[in-house]
Amino acid sequence: MTEEPEKYRDDIPDAVSEPKRRFSIQLVWIIPIVAALVGLVIGAKAFINRGQTITITFKTGEGLEAGKTKLKYKDVTIGEVKSIAISDDRSHVVVTAEVSRDAKGLMVNDTRFWVVRARISGGNVSGLSTLLGGSYIGLEAGASKEPREDFTGLESPPAVLMDVPGRQFVLRAADVGSLDTGSPVFYRRMQVGQVTSTELDREGKGVTIKAFIRAPYDRFVKANAYFWHASGIDMTLNTSGVKINTESMVSVLLGGISFQAPDGKIEAPQAPPNTSFALFATRDDAVKNSALVEPFLLVFKESVRGLAVGAPVDLRGVTVGEVTGINVMPDPKRSDFTVQVQIQFYPEHLLGQSRDTLQVKSQQARTEELRGLLNDLVAHGFRAQIKSGSLLTGQLYVSLDFVPVARPARIDWNSAPPRFPTVPGSMEKLQKNLVELIQRIEKLPLEQIAGDAGKTIRSLDTTLKSADRLLNSVDKAVPEARSVLVEARQAIEDAKKTLAEARKTLGGASDVLSADAPAQVDLRDTLREVSRAAQSLRVLGDYLEQHPESLLRGKKEEK
Amino acid sequence: MKGTTSAAARGLCSCHVCRLVSRKSRFSEPAHCPRCGATLHFRKPGSLQRCWALVIASYILYIPANTLVMMETGSLLTYRRDTIVSGVAHLWKTGSWLIAVIVFIASVAIPLLKLFSLTLLLFSVQRRSASRPRQRTRLYRMVELVGRWSMLDIYVVTLLAALVQLGSMATVKAGPAAVAFGSVVVLTMFATMEFDPRLIWDPLQKEEFHD
Repeated sequence: MTEEPEKYRDDIPDAVSEPKRRFSIQLVWIIPIVAALVGLVIGAKAFINRGQTITITFKTGEGLEAGKTKLKYKDVTIGEVKSIAISDDRSHVVVTAEVSRDAKGLMVNDTRFWVVRARISGGNVSGLSTLLGGSYIGLEAGASKEPREDFTGLESPPAVLMDVPGRQFVLRAADVGSLDTGSPVFYRRMQVGQVTSTELDREGKGVTIKAFIRAPYDRFVKANAYFWHASGIDMTLNTSGVKINTESMVSVLLGGISFQAPDGKIEAPQAPPNTSFALFATRDDAVKNSALVEPFLLVFKESVRGLAVGAPVDLRGVTVGEVTGINVMPDPKRSDFTVQVQIQFYPEHLLGQSRDTLQVKSQQARTEELRGLLNDLVAHGFRAQIKSGSLLTGQLYVSLDFVPVARPARIDWNSAPPRFPTVPGSMEKLQKNLVELIQRIEKLPLEQIAGDAGKTIRSLDTTLKSADRLLNSVDKAVPEARSVLVEARQAIEDAKKTLAEARKTLGGASDVLSADAPAQVDLRDTLREVSRAAQSLRVLGDYLEQHPESLLRGKKEEK
Repeated sequence: MKGTTSAAARGLCSCHVCRLVSRKSRFSEPAHCPRCGATLHFRKPGSLQRCWALVIASYILYIPANTLVMMETGSLLTYRRDTIVSGVAHLWKTGSWLIAVIVFIASVAIPLLKLFSLTLLLFSVQRRSASRPRQRTRLYRMVELVGRWSMLDIYVVTLLAALVQLGSMATVKAGPAAVAFGSVVVLTMFATMEFDPRLIWDPLQKEEFHD
């Protein structure tokens, strides 16, 4: 304690007392309460909005980045990849992604995921934006209601999204050709769908192709439709020449599938989704095979050189089948060979359009009907034979037709495949006839004939010689006569010339004799001159008589 | 401290408004200044309580400030939503180490240290701790000094959000964390203001003045 504070103590006024207020809680506590409330609200919101965590399995993590790669549905970001891990067996990558709450409904059983990268395939370029913005995971919402959290990602984007109306069909083919996912499907060369997947059968004996046909074109896929590879160029050389069949240039380059239903009066019902169809290599195959097929065995004894597998079976110019196999078999009984030709016969062509009720008939009933028909035909001489389609190419075909004088035969339905009666082909007949002809020629007494001919020729020779002589003598007589004739002609010509000259002479004479003829005038002038000369001569004579000296001295100048 | 006394110990009270020193009975009813009429207090009224309230509010807000999105940057190529920590991590990864360190210190470390310091001060005052009052006062001064500088992040975000608006080319948007973070900074500043450093020294007098 110092003096100074004491000194000033009295100067310090007393504070004015107030009645004591009741202690009230500090208003400042509102701040943390508000903060806590705000925090709670934010937390609750985050909790409610918290996304769903899903895992997607991919074969490769190419282009994926944890914390960066987005999940996009219809190009709207709905989530983000949180982590990428390698699966336990190291065969694939497991992507853990968080999906926002709004998109929770999309995570159902049949939702499909794929990585969207820049892709150039099947004639289209997609995902170019990913070149700049990086890859993202695309997804297609499933139709299922069952939620799911583990998914297996697709390696490539699905060619057709589920929400596109249309129907999918299954095609079975021997090989995939140049088809790929995304290859076009054509109907009357118009693109109506796409190939959605191609996979090898489990046995490895064929491929299963799934094709999606967009609505409204899917209604053109009838139950009896046929599909064929529209890939590339189909060039065939057969008895009817070279045939090139192509689809649009796009399909030539990229491959594709075409389909069509047989044209006809009958409207087949639409095929239900996922109906299985065979995919044929060419349109012709498809047309042929779309019908009922009846295999037959044809046994020939002749050579079938020029008959190829695929050669047509022809019925009066209409292809009703094709050769599917050619075998040569020894015939033990006759130590000969028989050629067994297997054909596929498309009896629908034979039955033609008169089959309005065929669609409702069962396969069995149709087969029965066909067999009855064929039996009748064969009983009337319906036979198979090999004919030459083109002499140029030497190609053969199998012809079915009535043969006038056929031995009675019938179809052996018991053998497999049924054996159809045959008659030797026209080529063989021709050959046979030729051989007979040659044999007959060989049998002819050619030497005797030759000898007779020799004699005849010799006598003919002498006859000719005598004729020759006669002609020679005639030849000799002829020049003389010719010379006479020539001379006579010359004489006549000379006479003609003489006469002409005589005529000219006479003309000249008459000219001379005429009064005003130049000769006469000249003569007159001459005579006049002569008389004048005589006169001068007379004058000269007179002068000389008078002046004879002038002969010596010259004419005297007259002065 | 020997030979020192506080004004409060002598029953003297300074008016907060006109700074007139008046005599006030230590335990009597509330009084007002005889000159200007303002209510007189020996110490800031409710200092500890207010400080606590603000500190707790700051703690609460510190959580969303660090978990929510601070800044959304969208450009032609990328779209980023950064919290403070992820932004620091991004800066660190992309090689801007110095900036990363600065942002980390300014936006993560300092607010947290401030909160811890205030909590320590509040605890020590409440427990009437007499140990190291000088250091604690220095700590208080530092907290007060450094308070306004931790708005760095907010400045960056607000400047960028105002400047970078190029439509689809580039945009910068402030996220909800910016509000929370700003609140944390402001609330800690208020808390610092509310704290009465004289309370650090009062336990040495073995007296209690705050009312």
